[in-house]
Amino acid sequence: MVETQFSPYRKQPRVAVVKFASCDGCQLSILNLEDDLLALGAAIDIAYFPEASSNMQEGPYDIAFVEGSITCPEDLPRILELRQQTTTLITIGACATSGGIQALRNWSDIEAFKQAVYPNPEYIQSLSTSTAISEHVSVDYELWGCPIDKRQLLRVLTDLLQGVSPRIPTHNVCIDCKRQGHVCVIVSQGLPCLGPVTRTGCGAICPSMGRDCYGCFGPAEHVSVQPPGVPPNMTSLAQQFHQHLQLIPVEMVRRFRGINGSVQSFSKESDAWESK
Amino acid sequence: MNSDSFQAPSPRLFLRKNFLQLFHALKQLGYQILGPVLSQGAIQWKTITAPEDLPIGWNDRQEPGSYRLEQDSHSRFFNIIHGPESLKPLTFTSRETLLVLDRQDHTFSAKEIQPEIKPTAVLGVRACDLAGLAIQDRIFLNDTYPDPYYEQRREHLLLVAVNCTKAHPACFCASMATGPKAQYGFDLCLTEADEDFLIEAGSRKGLQVLEQLTCSLASEERIIQDKERIAACAASQTRRLPTANLPDALYEAHDHPRWDQVAARCLSCSNCTMVCPTCFCHGVEETPSLDFQQSEHTRVWDSCFAPDHGYIHGKNFRPTTKDRYRMWLTHKLASWIDQFGTSGCVGCGRCITWCPVGIDITEEAQALSQPSD
Ligand code: SF4
Ligand code: SF4
Ligand code: SF4
Ligand code: SF4
Repeated sequence: MVETQFSPYRKQPRVAVVKFASCDGCQLSILNLEDDLLALGAAIDIAYFPEASSNMQEGPYDIAFVEGSITCPEDLPRILELRQQTTTLITIGACATSGGIQALRNWSDIEAFKQAVYPNPEYIQSLSTSTAISEHVSVDYELWGCPIDKRQLLRVLTDLLQGVSPRIPTHNVCIDCKRQGHVCVIVSQGLPCLGPVTRTGCGAICPSMGRDCYGCFGPAEHVSVQPPGVPPNMTSLAQQFHQHLQLIPVEMVRRFRGINGSVQSFSKESDAWESK
Repeated sequence: MNSDSFQAPSPRLFLRKNFLQLFHALKQLGYQILGPVLSQGAIQWKTITAPEDLPIGWNDRQEPGSYRLEQDSHSRFFNIIHGPESLKPLTFTSRETLLVLDRQDHTFSAKEIQPEIKPTAVLGVRACDLAGLAIQDRIFLNDTYPDPYYEQRREHLLLVAVNCTKAHPACFCASMATGPKAQYGFDLCLTEADEDFLIEAGSRKGLQVLEQLTCSLASEERIIQDKERIAACAASQTRRLPTANLPDALYEAHDHPRWDQVAARCLSCSNCTMVCPTCFCHGVEETPSLDFQQSEHTRVWDSCFAPDHGYIHGKNFRPTTKDRYRMWLTHKLASWIDQFGTSGCVGCGRCITWCPVGIDITEEAQALSQPSD
């Protein structure tokens, strides 16, 4: 590891990558850092990362990346233990940061699902909700996305290694979209794009393919300097979808109740349309 | 750019069937040619090599928050009025790496990044685009701190304007006195008719190109006819900005209830500022390498609607959408005049069309210049 006068670590920081309820896609984003993996290996001590190595060391950890949401009873002691063992805890991805797509269960009857899907539902130990890590322990930094953006992850690590507080940008997807010269799909195609209210990170992938953003990087923050930020104007965008793009209320509910549907600024909007 | 005393010869007539000559002439002078090309449901500046690359047979239908292409049987080259891109992305690029810093022990060195810039001819530039460019010139080519990146790109441009003979509903150049006729800043200017173009040179460079083309002298009658078509286009515009005393009215409107009403609709999404030909805000990003031995210093487009634009150490001076919309409108239409001696709006209508919720700057300015009770 390269030492600078600023780095808070006297030796390589011990890093853990820990999984809860998730698809492993965000962990794969770490492994997809091909060009930087060697440098990364030199800069940090990967103490616990079962997806990548069977050498699993116990805590304490300087940095833990947490993927996945809390969905089972045994998740609760695990996350409390991890928090105690970790100096800087960073959630990676929509599941860990907002509860993820599996948080759609929060609006349904989990018992009915169990009965319908499993021959022996009594073996299934599952909480009735899927919740974000931050609902259980304090979280130092959040990386949004489904999956996360590997450049954002690398940047956070780079900053931490140098003793700089990571600054994860909070502006919306539209700014990236316009910087890259994509034509707006709301205006030119009438698609219900969530880019105006969704956080930067992906590099406007969906609009670059002529598709509408579905909010996988969570809500953009209207004012980011004092967390928690103020969510942007979901209601006006929803009005536009309904009145000008002719989305009916049930489509409005689905639009705002997606991958990050459980995060409050989105859920407030979807709940409002559900009662219409 | 084209300001040295230049006596424009009288307009010529240039037949549509000879239009390829213009491509040849520009190519011979070493220009790559950009023109409006159908792209992602609109038009964008792209490389073109022949008239067939132009959006022949297509029209644009623009309304607040909506842009649609439509097909019909006409054979005009420049019937689509404009797309989301003004000339801005060609001179003030959305992303520009300025420096790469290299660490050496206890010091560092900085390497300037020189962009590769090719001579570029742009076909189909509108009067409002030229007016927008002239405003950006005042900003980026000011005497104290001329911007070298902008300057180089600007010097490499050759602009072929097209006078508008029809406007879309969001246009209001007539009320801003910036169009629909291209008045300055072009090298060549076309007025398109079914079979031919009226063509005039606006600079020596343009004349050099014009001399390569097979043209005839245009009749007085034809010149008048085209003037009338342009005047009819101006008369057809329904939107306008209240230009008389607007700055004072806006300064006085600081506490007007209309700001709250527009803020309830505005997404603070930045689309209006990004498409505006005159908005120039930018930020600088620092991207260090993992080993901290190198860092890239990059300029990117920013916007007064972005969350941190009003953040100065320890405080965000424009935390709410109301603050931001008021900042944008008051700067654009009032304090811009104090700062640069001109309004920041050229009436192109892009911010109206490309606002996802269709907020209309003319409607807001109108409401704000009325007393609140
Ligand atoms: S396509 Fe979506 S992200 Fe892009 S500018 Fe339009 S609303 Fe914003
Ligand atoms: S455009 Fe939206 S949905 Fe698509 S990848 Fe980006 S944040 Fe996710
Ligand atoms: S403020 Fe709007 S109408 Fe005026 S120049 Fe900018 S984009 Fe065009
Ligand atoms: S006026 Fe329209 S385009 Fe501009 S920030 Fe507000 S919603 Fe976005």
